[in-house]
Amino acid sequence: MHREPAVPKLYGLMAEFDDANALVAAAKRTYAEGYRKMDTYSPFPIEPAWEAMHVHDRPVSFFVLCGGIVGMIGGFGLCWWVSTTAYPLNVGGRPLNSWPAFIPVTFELTVLIASFAAVISMLALNGLPMPYHPVFNVPSFLRASQDRFFLAIEATDPKFDPARTSEFLKSLGPKEVNEVPA
Amino acid sequence: MESTPARASGYKPPPPVIEPGHTFESVTSKISSVVLTKYQPVGWIITTLIAFMFLNLMIVSVSYLFLKGIGIWGNNVPVGWAFDIINFVWWIGIGHAGTLISAILLLLKQDWRTSINRFAEAMTLFAVACALMFPLIHTGRPWLAAYWLLPYPNGMGIWPQFRSPLIWDVFAVSTYGTVSALFWYTGLIPDLATFRDRAKHRVTRMIYGALALGWRGSARHWQRYENAYLLLAGMSTPLVLSVHTVVSFDFSIGIIPGWHTTIFPPYFVAGAIYAGFAMVLTLAIPLRRMFNFEDFITMRHLENMAKITLVTGLIVFYGYLTEVFFAYYSANQYEKYMIINRMTGPYAWSYWMLIFCNGLVPQTLWIKRLRTNPFWLFIMSLIVSIGMWLERFVIIVTSLHRDFLPSSWGMYYPTFWDFSTFFGTIGFFTTLMFLFVRVLPMISIFEVRTLLPQSKIEGAEGH
Amino acid sequence: MDFAAIRSRLAGAEGRLYWRSLAELSDSLEFREYLHREFPEQASEWNDPKGRRSFLKLMSASLALAGVGACTRQPPEDIVPYVRQPEEIVPGRPLFFASAIPMSGIAKPVLVESHMGRPTKIEGNPEHPASAGAADAVTQAAVLGLYDPDRAQTVTYRGEVRPWSAFMGAMQSATSGQKGSKGAGLRILTEPVTSPSMAELLATILQDYPAARWHQFDAIGSDGARNGIKQAHGSAANAVYHFDKADVILSLEADFLSPSGIGSVRYTKDFADRRRVTDENKHMNRLYIVESSPTLTGAKAEHRLAIKSSEIEGFARRLASTITGQSSSAASTPAPGGQLGEKWVAAVAKDLQEHRGRSLVIAGDYQPAAVHALAHAMNQALGNIDATVTYGPAIEAQTVDQHASLAELSNAMEAGQVQLLLILGNNPAFTAPADLKFAERLAKVGLIVYHGLYHDETADLAHWNVPQTHPLEAWGDARAYDGTVTLMQPLTEPLYDAHSAYEVLTTLTTQPMRKTTEIVKDYWMRAFGAGVWTIRNAQGETFNNAEAFWRQAVHDGFISGTAALATPFAPAPKPGAAAGAPGTAAAATTTDTAQAPSDPSTPATGSAQPPAPTPTPSPAPQTAGGLELIFRPDPHVLDGRFANNGWLQEAPKPLTKLTWDTAAWISPRLAETRGLDRGDVIELRYRGLTARMPVFIVPGQPDESVTIFFGYGRRMSGRVGNPPEEARAFNAFLLRTSDAPWFGSGLEISKTGERYLLATTQDHHAMEGRYPARVATIAEYEKEPEIFKHMGGHVPPRTLTLLPEVDYKGYKWGMAIDLASCTGCGACVVACVAENNIPVVGKEQVDRNREMHWIRVDHYFTGDIDRPESLQAIHQPVPCQQCENAPCEVVCPVAATTHSSEGLNDMVYNRCVGTRYCSNNCPYKVRRFNFLLYSDWYTESYYSQRNPDVTVRSRGVMEKCTYCVQRINTARIDAKKEDRAIRDGEIVTACEATCPADAIVFGNLNDPDSRVSKLKAQHRNYGVLEDLNTRPRTTYLASLRNPNLELEPAGERTTGH
Repeated sequence: MHREPAVPKLYGLMAEFDDANALVAAAKRTYAEGYRKMDTYSPFPIEPAWEAMHVHDRPVSFFVLCGGIVGMIGGFGLCWWVSTTAYPLNVGGRPLNSWPAFIPVTFELTVLIASFAAVISMLALNGLPMPYHPVFNVPSFLRASQDRFFLAIEATDPKFDPARTSEFLKSLGPKEVNEVPA
Repeated sequence: MESTPARASGYKPPPPVIEPGHTFESVTSKISSVVLTKYQPVGWIITTLIAFMFLNLMIVSVSYLFLKGIGIWGNNVPVGWAFDIINFVWWIGIGHAGTLISAILLLLKQDWRTSINRFAEAMTLFAVACALMFPLIHTGRPWLAAYWLLPYPNGMGIWPQFRSPLIWDVFAVSTYGTVSALFWYTGLIPDLATFRDRAKHRVTRMIYGALALGWRGSARHWQRYENAYLLLAGMSTPLVLSVHTVVSFDFSIGIIPGWHTTIFPPYFVAGAIYAGFAMVLTLAIPLRRMFNFEDFITMRHLENMAKITLVTGLIVFYGYLTEVFFAYYSANQYEKYMIINRMTGPYAWSYWMLIFCNGLVPQTLWIKRLRTNPFWLFIMSLIVSIGMWLERFVIIVTSLHRDFLPSSWGMYYPTFWDFSTFFGTIGFFTTLMFLFVRVLPMISIFEVRTLLPQSKIEGAEGH
Repeated sequence: MDFAAIRSRLAGAEGRLYWRSLAELSDSLEFREYLHREFPEQASEWNDPKGRRSFLKLMSASLALAGVGACTRQPPEDIVPYVRQPEEIVPGRPLFFASAIPMSGIAKPVLVESHMGRPTKIEGNPEHPASAGAADAVTQAAVLGLYDPDRAQTVTYRGEVRPWSAFMGAMQSATSGQKGSKGAGLRILTEPVTSPSMAELLATILQDYPAARWHQFDAIGSDGARNGIKQAHGSAANAVYHFDKADVILSLEADFLSPSGIGSVRYTKDFADRRRVTDENKHMNRLYIVESSPTLTGAKAEHRLAIKSSEIEGFARRLASTITGQSSSAASTPAPGGQLGEKWVAAVAKDLQEHRGRSLVIAGDYQPAAVHALAHAMNQALGNIDATVTYGPAIEAQTVDQHASLAELSNAMEAGQVQLLLILGNNPAFTAPADLKFAERLAKVGLIVYHGLYHDETADLAHWNVPQTHPLEAWGDARAYDGTVTLMQPLTEPLYDAHSAYEVLTTLTTQPMRKTTEIVKDYWMRAFGAGVWTIRNAQGETFNNAEAFWRQAVHDGFISGTAALATPFAPAPKPGAAAGAPGTAAAATTTDTAQAPSDPSTPATGSAQPPAPTPTPSPAPQTAGGLELIFRPDPHVLDGRFANNGWLQEAPKPLTKLTWDTAAWISPRLAETRGLDRGDVIELRYRGLTARMPVFIVPGQPDESVTIFFGYGRRMSGRVGNPPEEARAFNAFLLRTSDAPWFGSGLEISKTGERYLLATTQDHHAMEGRYPARVATIAEYEKEPEIFKHMGGHVPPRTLTLLPEVDYKGYKWGMAIDLASCTGCGACVVACVAENNIPVVGKEQVDRNREMHWIRVDHYFTGDIDRPESLQAIHQPVPCQQCENAPCEVVCPVAATTHSSEGLNDMVYNRCVGTRYCSNNCPYKVRRFNFLLYSDWYTESYYSQRNPDVTVRSRGVMEKCTYCVQRINTARIDAKKEDRAIRDGEIVTACEATCPADAIVFGNLNDPDSRVSKLKAQHRNYGVLEDLNTRPRTTYLASLRNPNLELEPAGERTTGH
């Protein structure tokens, strides 16, 4: 990465904890301090952590519902259109629109499209794939995927002040606080 | 960091789904070291080599098949389907355990699933891959099957025939394969990140990094991730049940006595779970030994799987009895003859072996000592796999070889190529399985972390 | 390399000579080794499908010999198309030519379908009395023989290729040597000759060489019939039976419904006509049969008495004395078959006498003269002569006892009296009785000329070999079983350097260069209007000139009204002399010539006969004890002449459904006592001769008799017929002696411990109470017409469905098959094979249940295996049932099989991916799958035989009966052009066309007046497995039996429900 060592441009400050409980507590306090542009990083999902930051969005479910509906209509539509319109044949004396026979395909397509919707929308909303992110600049952040817990406050937060914010983070009892260069 | 504040404040530990005394670090390093190391267990090398030999046998058999046509097998009229479809159904059945464990047990909040779901899912994928081969090759002309079975606009103006169970199969199995793969990959992302961050070599770091899509464990991500994962589980549950139901339609839609039966869907699904768990046991027991994972795949896991095997085994056995009863109760001479022929006809040996393998052997699991004896469980799981293969043999071959008109009755005798193709796919499956454990975390690390006492948050009811 | 040979061959070549390499042309030793090496040794590969393929690739190269291309050219002579003139040839529209396929000298009249000059299919000649449109399996399969790449293809001398001219030269010098001795050293061996023109030619030769002798031999001919009639009748005659007039028939081992017998096509038709029961007319004939090993006739009989072949004469004697009332010694002697036999004699005699003039006693070809004489006596006593049996003059130019004739020749050879021997066909080195040692005595003959279709066992011992023209390649004439003169016209130029028997014989005459056409046509031109032959057209009017007569005769394929006339045996007038009529010198002919009756218009009558003498008993079998050995011709390859015909080899043999092999028939009890099972190889020791055979257990076979069949164990038949090493000894001729040609006692059998694979197409012959084939007695049917509906499962009402009915407007095709008529001869199977380009798959594949026949003839037994008289067999032809609710269609993932608007269950080959689900789901199992590449894509000569209107299927494709959709479409096009509806009977499926019993009827179900609609309205009509609600379009008319209550009390019923 290319930057001026003299005046380092900051992404934010990051506190490192070695305990999930400490992280959750810290997150609560940070939010109480009025910080909003913040995030926590952990090696496994910690529900209290995002509750502490009052993060509540469920758009994935909505996309899955849409995917399911599209799959269902598309699946039955395909069978029906093919059997009655595009390729109408007398098959064993059965009626052209033998709808009960179309149900399995309809069901499978419903699940297929909905599943794709779930995964793709999840990744998209998370902005993944994202090969580069400033937090990776902190050397110890490697352990965020293993056994350490991080709390980051971004420089763009209105209340952010390098000195005071750093003081505040240190008061949370972390192992250490690092600057996150942008 | 052995004594955490959590522990100090009278925190009650969950039942030991993993042995106590582990930390985030120890779990992480233990599981990832299997992959991120130069050391291979001798057992792994030998097994992989043998499996690879059989994989080559499969390649030879299939090539010869494409060259000559399915006449190299024993199939004939009346027995138009034999090993090809038997193997297909067998593999699909095996492929049911993975998604079942990861999806249904997740919804049921069975946290013991976490240390087996990852390789169970992998097993599902590879089993489905083996299964998919047979519909493709059983025509002897896969190039046709490939592009004529899928509906797409074409210059010939032709379309598939959606009343045929085979078309339902195409959709069910391919959907199942795709969704399982999605599910599996989604579950892998955080662990891939772990590997990325632990990998020593630059290239491995690049590869795992690319696969991890830049995952950084942000709480916002975790929140959507959990949401999506739960939804996938929710959708996979009916899917996994539907797949073997559709497979069973291949038979129950037909009019052949022994096929035309309404009990097939439930009894096939139960059979699939039964076979699937047997295969999980077959794989888990040697693997936990090979990589000393006794801490993660504990006796509790084995015992729970044994219990599920017992229950599903009983359902399957009930299915057999129902067939016999209704053959008598239907007062239909074809059905009656079909059962009598199964029990006393030229293929009676297969029927009675089936009863032994699937009816009697699992009953030993009522006994706790056997249920908790890994060696017996391993043997039993093999017997169950054989039994499930025989079940399909009985359903397909003995039903077809004597149907309605005595004049067209015949016998079926497998050829060398029937066997070589079957054992070849087993080699294919095993090869993939053993390669998998060497390149990907065979146990879901991040989920195991959540099982550690340290992960429990005060005041929170856990996730 | 022998360039001299090359030049001489090129010089001598007539017309185009095809040659591939100088090596071949010079016919160098290596090259012949190359060819020969590939024949017998690798022939075993034929059975192995994969082997066969690679083998054919190999062979097609080495066999791309003379002029396959020639077969697409019209012959130079002017031949007359059956339906329209040749110049009207329209590509895609076949022409039909009337011709005949001679078998043992007797003509089987046929109609040959020709596409652009390529004969592709043989059917019966509808106008000919001996055929009425039907043809048996062997006759139809002749078209495959035409294109057989293994046929002899060049004239050879001691194995070296020679031009025809060289042969003529050789014959000139050979005959000049005979001139002095008046031909004392000249012998001619032929099949029986009924051909008038051939007879004249032979007579001419014998006139030139008075000392020469003409011998006749046919291994499967009936000397018994010849001599028996002579005994009863004074002179040789030809008995013709009229089953259409007979209500009660007693067969003394006469297999007149045999699948390949002389005249059995017409006999089957007449017999079936007499039992065509409808709800309106319930009249039905009754058939008793006394026979040893089961036959199709026995399977059709109401009552069958199984006794040893040798006991039949005794039975006949007892019966005769009961009927004629002549108290002879026979009257006292007990009837064979013990109590049952006595019961039979009484009951049958009574029944026959109650139907005087409407009954018929017929003796079997394989019974001695005495039995024939007895049958004649009984018929006379019953007043059946001229009613149900008529005697015409002999149709053979010279009627001789053929085994005696061959024995005489053999002795002459032994004595070294034969310098020049002409053998015209029928492979005597293989078919001659073992005791004559014919093959080894040939070595003592100065010069042997063999004229045969193949380079067979005899050709191997001959000096000169002249390839024989196939019946479809040459002109000729022969007489049908009833005596009708039948003409043969070539459908194509000879494919190879082949020559007709006429051309071979002319080399002995003063005009060796005459062509076959001239000889035959010239004969009939002279015959026209002259003495012996009274020539009329079908209406009985005379023709205004010879040319008109000739055109009409060739067009019709026969000369009407010639049945009642003897074949004259007289030399042609000397060339130069005024062209007199043939047979003017008839009086001066040799002994044994049949005397033409005084009034040709009416056949010789019984009253004209001397009262039948009580026939002299035939000599008792010398060695009592041991088993009885019975010889029979194979139903399909006969005496081995068709061994190289794949269609016939693969067509399941009647009753056993055995393919590709022969077997010794033994009864279940004999099998039990000897510890034998199907496929066990036994050694047969008989009069110091030994042979081996695999056994086949046949219910209804007498316990003391073993039946073996001719035609197998041929070493030099070709790549189809050559047996594997272990089957070389399965040759019935090894055991045959000339004094007891058809049966003899003193057989010892012993188990060798070896096993041999016998491939059958049906293994299970019990109905398991499912009644796919239904039968009841006429009495039961009269009492309760609905009886057949109650057999089999409960049929759901048509209203019991959620789905709307499909309404088939316009045409609605359907088929009805009358099981009461069907005799199970299997002609329909071969017809279907020929029409629909159905491949031959080979023995191994048949054994894996992969035969490809679109129509099969199922065969079921009922009754008690230990009481042969209680056994009943029933045959059921099963094509695709064309279900309206077709289970096969619903499960096809790609809609490769769907319903047409006319209700046909169509199969779309190029859409089929080959999942085989349809076959699994077909309750009738009529679908056939190309598990391997079965169609022969490599043998060029077969290309020309294929029906251009039918796809040749490839590997991995499902196929099945289509109701001959190509014929339906042809008819539809014709109808459209003429702007009319398709008429009933205009579409005739291949199986229907050839069925001798008219058991199969196809037509439009929407037309209430169509024959098929009328049949389906019958009470006997039922559908197989209708309880599955498949609604088959093919339905069956249940079979009926008309038992004699004295022999079968009404209570005792072995069938029904």
